[in-house]
Amino acid sequence: MKRREFLAALGAVADAALVGGRAQAAVSGEKTEFFGVLVDTTRCLGCRTCEAACAEAHGLPQPDLSDSAVFDHERTTSETQWTVVNRYDTSAGEVFVKRQCMHCNQPACASACLVKAMYKTTEGPVIWRENKCMGCRFCMVSCPFDIPKFEYSSPIPKIQKCVLCWERVREGKQPACVESCPGEALLFGKKRDILEEARTRIYQNPTEYVHEIYGEREVGGGAWLYLAAAPFEELGFRTDLGDRPYPELTTGFLYAVPLVFILWPAALLGMSYATHEE
Amino acid sequence: MKADLNQLGAKGVLAKGWTRKRFTLFDVLSIPIMAAGAVILFIRFTKGLGAVTNLSQDYPWGLWIGFDVITGVAFAGGAYVLTFMVYILRMEKYHPIVRATVLNGFLAYVFYAGALLLDLGRPWNVINPIIGNSFGVSSVLFLVAWHFMLYMITELIEFSPAIAEWLGLKKLRKILASLTLGAVIFGITLSTLHQSGLGALFLMAKGKLHPLWYSEFIPVLFFVSSIFAGLSMVIFEGSISHRVFHHRLSPALRLSHDEILIGLAKGAAGAMFAYLFLKILVLIHGQNWHLLGTSMGYWYLTEVVALVVLPCALFAYGSRMRSLPVIKAAAILTLIGIIVNRLNVSIIAYKWDAPVRYVPTWMEVEVTLAIIAAEIWVFRWVVNRMPVLSESPLWARGETARPRRRYLHAA
Repeated sequence: MKRREFLAALGAVADAALVGGRAQAAVSGEKTEFFGVLVDTTRCLGCRTCEAACAEAHGLPQPDLSDSAVFDHERTTSETQWTVVNRYDTSAGEVFVKRQCMHCNQPACASACLVKAMYKTTEGPVIWRENKCMGCRFCMVSCPFDIPKFEYSSPIPKIQKCVLCWERVREGKQPACVESCPGEALLFGKKRDILEEARTRIYQNPTEYVHEIYGEREVGGGAWLYLAAAPFEELGFRTDLGDRPYPELTTGFLYAVPLVFILWPAALLGMSYATHEE
Repeated sequence: MKADLNQLGAKGVLAKGWTRKRFTLFDVLSIPIMAAGAVILFIRFTKGLGAVTNLSQDYPWGLWIGFDVITGVAFAGGAYVLTFMVYILRMEKYHPIVRATVLNGFLAYVFYAGALLLDLGRPWNVINPIIGNSFGVSSVLFLVAWHFMLYMITELIEFSPAIAEWLGLKKLRKILASLTLGAVIFGITLSTLHQSGLGALFLMAKGKLHPLWYSEFIPVLFFVSSIFAGLSMVIFEGSISHRVFHHRLSPALRLSHDEILIGLAKGAAGAMFAYLFLKILVLIHGQNWHLLGTSMGYWYLTEVVALVVLPCALFAYGSRMRSLPVIKAAAILTLIGIIVNRLNVSIIAYKWDAPVRYVPTWMEVEVTLAIIAAEIWVFRWVVNRMPVLSESPLWARGETARPRRRYLHAA
């Protein structure tokens, strides 16, 4: 090892020791780039092939694709369906929207999890790890999109949600839903690339889209981006969530913890001495 | 040593005779309740949570979290408030009730925080955040879970001299008593953080919790309200114990019981006044008064006016007029107010606009009652044996900073 390398390594260790995990996270974040999926709802036909592909890839019960009655009501994802397609009658006509976990850049569920069972992988997918989860359901309370679902009817319940086909992505394949989409409504790629593609489509067809990309900034942004012809509030999206990442809502409280731990005992001990009678 | 053993034997016989002779109304009611609770829990662990609860994907937390854990822990706040008053501020007047309060706090944590285990979907993994194979340090729940555990140990240490006195272990008692001040300081610090931490659990429920209840100050509100929740519980529980365990009361406690309650009422009134001020500040800061005219707004006003302002005024009036009935009524109103507030944050104002609202099943209520009954059984068992409400044995008095006798002289 050269002297310069050694000094650099030493510096890095000292830095990590002093600044803690924060610095390390920043370094590992630079190395890999998050994957994501662009959903162009103007291209979605509502065929629900993605629902079937998802069910097959993850061993979930197969949905009945011929049943068009499912569009009568807005559906949410469930413990047996990680993704669902809904139909909306909007100012731009009939629009189909696929919903699943947004795989936030800074997921509320992962920061809520006290055992790191909900886990943001370096590739971008937020996954659930069975051997760690204790089933407290704090992830469900915290998720702004209400995505994690719990198996209430099982004595050995799991949390069920889209994992962005993490296993497939690591093997270099595309997520099952993207691969199956016959209308090219779904586009998988590096987050930077799909964001560029989304902007290009708006730029080249300015009358065809609302000039907004849902998921780019909402609660700090995530892996799934949406393009649409109608305003997103007409498509069942929450537009009141703000741009601030959800974990930041608890940082103020968590920063107060070490302060209380240092100041309280000191103050209490002082008070106790002050009131002590000889 | 022989004399001590005799004393212990006599005590045991006395206690047994007492329980054998009298089958109280509580016994008759609580035994079937606990038995039914056990059956329901068996179903819950074999068929899943959905078989006995009304929990849903929209309402992942119900009565067992909202009442048993979140409200129960607020009620147990009396222990840290009283240990602060007695061991830090050395307000000796309250010494005679400190053991009963600490015991109550400890049992509340064991049973109500323990109720968390019933609600966990995968309770066998509960050791994960403890043994360190997976520390989710960015989680508020991680902090709360650790604090529950550490605080239980702290309260056990605070109470342990009573166990040593019961068993006649002089040397051990000396060691345990020397740990008290450290345990008290650690316990107050832990309580500050996990009482507020229970509120901080809902910080990420922004957008789900009604704006009149959601605020970045929920942790502070939870902490301040735990002070008067705890004090009201001490008043409520104390006046029941005073009657039920009258035969066990130390002379000091008999003499000073009324004075103690009046003092606690003053403290509760002060804490409630501060809380009210905070509530108004949060309301103004949140700029949500236009919501006060809605049905949720009326409900909010009910909580604040009928269950905070009114009992606060009653506490102040009752302590001034030295009227115990008024003070007890204020304590009961305050306790109802705390239940309403905690259930509002965790259940009622949570997804207040959802099409299908969560209402607990009778089985969830049943299990909750069974847990309360079980806690009272253990409390009674301990109080009838150990020097909790009664005097410490002669050998243990005056040896350490346990100034009951001094108080007696003063009285």
